[in-house]
Amino acid sequence: MLRHLHKFPGLLAVLLVSALALSGSVLSLLPALDRAGAVAASGAQISVADLAGRIAVDYPGVEQIRRTASGKVIAFYFENGRPAAVVVDPVSGQPLSEYAPSGFERWVTNLHRSLFLGDGGRIVAGGGALAMLVLALSGLQMTARRMGGWRHLFDRARGTGAQRLHVQFGRLAFAGLVLSSVTALYMSLATFELIPDGMSKPLAPPTEVNGGKPLPVDQIAALQGIDLDQLRELTFPYEGDATDVYAIKAATGEGVIDQATGRMLAWQDHGIARQVHELIYMLHTGQGLWWLGLMLGLSALSVPVMGATGAVVWWTRRRARPGIAGNCAAQAADTVILVGSEGGSTWGFARTLHEALTAAGHKVHTAPMDSLLTSYSAAERMFLLTATYGDGAAPATAGSFLKRLEAVRTSPAFPVAILGFGDRQFPKFCQFTQDVEEALAGKGWASLMPLETIDRQSAQEFARWGEALSRAMGEDLALVHTAVRPQSHTLTLISRSDYGSEVQAPTSVFRFAVPESSLAARLMGRAWPRFAAGDLVGILPPDSILPRYYSLASSTRDGFIEICVRKHPGGLCSSHLHGLQPGDTIEAFVKANPGFRPARGSRPVVLIGAGTGVGPLAGFIRANSAGRPMHLYFGGRNPFSDFLYRREIDGWLKDRRLTSLTTAFSRVKGGTYVQDRLRKDADHLRAMIADGAQIMVCGGREMAAGVMGALAEVLAPAGLTPIALKAQGRYVEDVY
Amino acid sequence: MKSLLATLALTTALTIPGLAMARPVTLTTTLNAYGGDGAYLALYVTDAAGAYKGTLWMAGGKSKYYSHLSDWSRGSAGDFSEISGITGASVGAGRSLKITLDLADALFDAGYELHIDAAVEDMRDSPSEVVAPLTSGGAGQAISGRRYIQSFTYDM
Repeated sequence: MLRHLHKFPGLLAVLLVSALALSGSVLSLLPALDRAGAVAASGAQISVADLAGRIAVDYPGVEQIRRTASGKVIAFYFENGRPAAVVVDPVSGQPLSEYAPSGFERWVTNLHRSLFLGDGGRIVAGGGALAMLVLALSGLQMTARRMGGWRHLFDRARGTGAQRLHVQFGRLAFAGLVLSSVTALYMSLATFELIPDGMSKPLAPPTEVNGGKPLPVDQIAALQGIDLDQLRELTFPYEGDATDVYAIKAATGEGVIDQATGRMLAWQDHGIARQVHELIYMLHTGQGLWWLGLMLGLSALSVPVMGATGAVVWWTRRRARPGIAGNCAAQAADTVILVGSEGGSTWGFARTLHEALTAAGHKVHTAPMDSLLTSYSAAERMFLLTATYGDGAAPATAGSFLKRLEAVRTSPAFPVAILGFGDRQFPKFCQFTQDVEEALAGKGWASLMPLETIDRQSAQEFARWGEALSRAMGEDLALVHTAVRPQSHTLTLISRSDYGSEVQAPTSVFRFAVPESSLAARLMGRAWPRFAAGDLVGILPPDSILPRYYSLASSTRDGFIEICVRKHPGGLCSSHLHGLQPGDTIEAFVKANPGFRPARGSRPVVLIGAGTGVGPLAGFIRANSAGRPMHLYFGGRNPFSDFLYRREIDGWLKDRRLTSLTTAFSRVKGGTYVQDRLRKDADHLRAMIADGAQIMVCGGREMAAGVMGALAEVLAPAGLTPIALKAQGRYVEDVY
Repeated sequence: MKSLLATLALTTALTIPGLAMARPVTLTTTLNAYGGDGAYLALYVTDAAGAYKGTLWMAGGKSKYYSHLSDWSRGSAGDFSEISGITGASVGAGRSLKITLDLADALFDAGYELHIDAAVEDMRDSPSEVVAPLTSGGAGQAISGRRYIQSFTYDM
């Protein structure tokens, strides 16, 4: 719901809101420029009569004096039958410059408030302000939810680059955008006279005018009693018309003054509505509050950035989620299927289940686990289909599921069935699925069937689970799943460097050409995407629909796709890769892995890798042309056999992309492991951590566990743990 | 429609006997390029003593800005009901406003004057920018205004 509230106005109004925001940013500079150009009235108290008298000396034909919100005083006068205007010094009344209203300012103002379309445009602009307000409020609430509660609102933003930018800009600009849009809405309503602005009643014309000989303006008693700071506008009587009057508009009210007696003939205080209007006008335009204007302008500049990043986030999410035909609304569905998927394969199973249940006459709602609602009013059963990511973590569409589950106060009346997807080769097989089950049990949710797991996308196991489900529901469901081969690109091998065969660890660095894509493919999002070291490349061995994932050791900027693969005996994909010669091709696709990247900034980075785990780390170093401190701990078997990237590392040390290299080799005399090196370097490591360093670990599970143990010892004297650093995003792992 | 209503508005104000004694008059107001937003214009008639008699046309739709047409506002005492039906859009800089309406013969050569008040956002108000005596001989002769109005003519 919240997401729709954010998405629809966002996508519909992105151009409108951006145009309003950009023109508003330009206008926001004007009060500050105006103020910079205005001469400050020194502390001396000057009355309107004093100033008007001084101006009347130089400009006998003066008709009107205006004081702008920034304190600039403008005199309008008549000379030789032609009207003219001049900016005068507010103290001396001396002319400063000719007054010429800016055509550019008027142009931008008209764009901002009516898009040059008159009243129709004003209504559209008012709608834009409303859209902005809805976007800001729903966006903030979504951010709080995403970050795990209001207390965490300002924690480090996570996710892809576009998501992070969107959240960071949104948090900074929120207050300014809300103030701008609320005041804009008020002004819009006031323009159409839907709410009073206190300006509509003109002062009744004076009835008793003395008509005698006019007094010089500086002797008008009523004007002597009004301080210059209070002045908005003073209009002089027509020359030669003894029955005409002075009309004054001041901060607190407006009145008319007899030119012969100098007395105030009528005075009307500004009502509350007028004061409210003036306050809101000031808050919106910054006129009279230049610093606020600048801050609002800065906030508004973020709007086009948020529009662009928001669109990217929406498009990426849309593409990642396969379309579910005939998806029911959440509150109308009798069956709810929630999906935790990383690469998209679990969505395929969810779709099969969705179609089977729909065919059996159910109203089915299928959504990511991250969109768990606090209640489903019509639901009779729920299915949770989830994969597990990495070492027991939640997959991409279930990252906030457990937090959202905590927010569900009352356990539902309907039962839940949980189905886990994973690969039994991993020790933490379906770990996240089990975590979900425990959490549900802890909250007393009823179970429809016991937890089941599906190994390596087995269609047979899924069909068996379907039979069990049929019995549990007392209905006949047939779950026939055909896995969809992921959409891939053909990569051509450019070169390979071989290592490690002497130490029974044949490992090669494969370099492929980046496939070229047509413009149409790029626009449709079907091209080979941008990628960075640390992202994953999925490789489809011939005659297989199950991809194997490898960490990328290069980025788009390098102009090639590089991976580091060790040949496993009997390994289908690694054997196939090791059989490739330059010119041969494979089928592959990219999967983003934004969690494994060096943090932005210039703090040191400690890179720890063993074997092929050095691949992505090498990619980070290669990309470090800025020369931020990077320290590499490399573990291998023998420096003369499996020292991957040896020649490149020498070069990177020379050109300062790499600050230091520490190696550990296990199959030499007095062999050591990287964790031993870490313990030896404890002081240095603690100093770097104190300096804000980030630790990045890549390698096998055993190695990663050893490294974490060693670092726990290293950090203990400083009162830190790897877990604590992990929570801050300063300890990241890519483990296989 | 326009001319009928204008006639009615004026006749109620002026109580001229014999409605038939009227003729079509075309009023042309051309604005100069003063470099601002659209101008609000009030076209109205005063008698030989300078007293407000009635409004012929109001260019500008938002009544909250009418107080800037200060002579008209004073004369009409802010009575907006009088101009219902004879109101049009504001007139852009450099553009012309041309209206044709039936004016009573009695208005001519009897000391009546046609006034135009003009006001532009963020610019100086210009009450009675044009004051044209209504005479048979004055028809077709251009009168220039002080600020926003380049020329005004009435043709019979």
